[in-house]
Amino acid sequence: MSEDWLDRLHRWAPYALTPIIMLIALPVMGVGPWLTLTVAGLSMGILLFLVASGLTLIFGLMDVLNFAHAAFVTVGAYVALTVLGPLAGWTAELSLTLNLVALLVALLAAAAASGILGFGFERVIIRQVYGAPLRQILITIGALTVIEQLVIVLWGPQAVPLPKPASLRGSVLIGASAIETYRLFALCVGLVVAVAMQLFLTRTRLGLVVRAGVENHEMIQSLGYNIRRVFVGVFMAGTALAGMGGMMWAQYQAVVSSQTGDSMTILVFIILIIGGLGSVSGCFIGAILVGLTNNYVGFLAPKLALGSNILLMALILLWQPRGLLPISED
Amino acid sequence: MIGDGDALLRLDGVHTDIGRYRILHGVDFAVRRGRVTMFLGRNGAGKTTTLRTIMGLWRARKGRIIFDGQSIAAMETPRIARLGIAYVPENMGIFGKLTVRENMLLATAPRGFVEQQLDRVLESFPALKLKWETAAGALSGGQKQMLAIARAIIEQRRLLLIDEPTKGLSPAMVDQLIEVFLRLKSEQTTILLVEQSFPVAEAVGDDVAVMDQGYIIHAGGMAALAADEALQHRLLGLSIAGAI
Repeated sequence: MSEDWLDRLHRWAPYALTPIIMLIALPVMGVGPWLTLTVAGLSMGILLFLVASGLTLIFGLMDVLNFAHAAFVTVGAYVALTVLGPLAGWTAELSLTLNLVALLVALLAAAAASGILGFGFERVIIRQVYGAPLRQILITIGALTVIEQLVIVLWGPQAVPLPKPASLRGSVLIGASAIETYRLFALCVGLVVAVAMQLFLTRTRLGLVVRAGVENHEMIQSLGYNIRRVFVGVFMAGTALAGMGGMMWAQYQAVVSSQTGDSMTILVFIILIIGGLGSVSGCFIGAILVGLTNNYVGFLAPKLALGSNILLMALILLWQPRGLLPISED
Repeated sequence: MIGDGDALLRLDGVHTDIGRYRILHGVDFAVRRGRVTMFLGRNGAGKTTTLRTIMGLWRARKGRIIFDGQSIAAMETPRIARLGIAYVPENMGIFGKLTVRENMLLATAPRGFVEQQLDRVLESFPALKLKWETAAGALSGGQKQMLAIARAIIEQRRLLLIDEPTKGLSPAMVDQLIEVFLRLKSEQTTILLVEQSFPVAEAVGDDVAVMDQGYIIHAGGMAALAADEALQHRLLGLSIAGAI
């Protein structure tokens, strides 16, 4: 095989990994369960992407590893719960339009609350610890605990049910496969957000600055861009996405608790490492891989579900020590 | 002594520390308007540190940096860049995941490319035109250097700071860069150029500043230094034919 082909193979292999895993799973479990689990895996993956994408950009742009990210997920979920309370009439109606309007209002409120909290968090906490990784870890873990306790003070310690809207309950039958309606909905919402983010990053000047800043902070500043200001915007957007992800995840699980964000944390960090810290495309592939692996293995050997993702991460790191799509070759 | 009116950039007693180490020990020199000032010295003399200090990437602990009558020593890097100072670092600072077009676009004003300016730049670097939508990381070393310089001159700049642009390039590529520098020089562009190759310095330089161990040990005309082999030996330690 020529060097050119090997080079191409090496470049495209990370993108081929997801379809390969899907194809391997097909004969093992049969078409019916495979379709159900694949949709479940994709929707889980896309929700994880919503949460992880902000975190990976935050790290890539300013080398800030924010362990409090899970808190924004939880806050988003609780704000959505609060907003959906008065709108219970709309979500209980068997009207898709009313259900979607209620969800949209809750989604925007969750994003706004987490984004505003993120803005304050950056100014008060993160700004003090730029360039100090150990202090970042300590202060963000501490902040996570504080915010979780505040959530308990505000909303109570008990887990609260968050029922899905009437139109999104139940399943859709495709051949022999039963696919949960909410999962299809979550998949669509997640894809819309992912595409919007991709368009922003690739088609706008600000997106270009973000991508360049992730690669080389110093050079983008030497070109006249104030990376700190850009970072504040990215931090807000990242935490707003975490809030949206929190709301969608809580409805996915039909329950909200102060641990809603924590329950995603391990998976989110696995995704970041698999994808390559700072890489949005890597994050997307990583999230889909984690979602699919979690569902496939959960079906075949339920006790191995979480362990399977750690094994997946170990295997990928053996193959690509800096993740699937690292942001620079250095 | 260069008068204040002639000097576009002046450094007075600039000290810079990196960690616990003092790298610059009171650097004094000036860059004259519309001229190419060569910045020479052995590896580790402090040339890159001086350029980074001018750009605000490292802070001067003491001393003044005056650009066109304005003190910039305490300014943030983006503000210094917006004054019209372009910086081409030794590692070129190319964004490897972005295309050549995107790399160039980032260096333009918010209105984007001006066709006439773009044509003028691509005329000097035709290889970039052919690789316009290629990821910059896939370019050869020489093409990356061309991109770095093209990016620096896509807009009208008041001062170019260029760090060792010919390092590791083939002789043909070096000749091409010399042509570009000569063209910029004919357009009265002010350049502070760190260079390890004396022949390149001789070909493009008007003025010269020589640095050693964090001090400026010589400043004057490039032609005078090129004509005085004994001075070259004393300042740079090598014959004029070779690299410094």
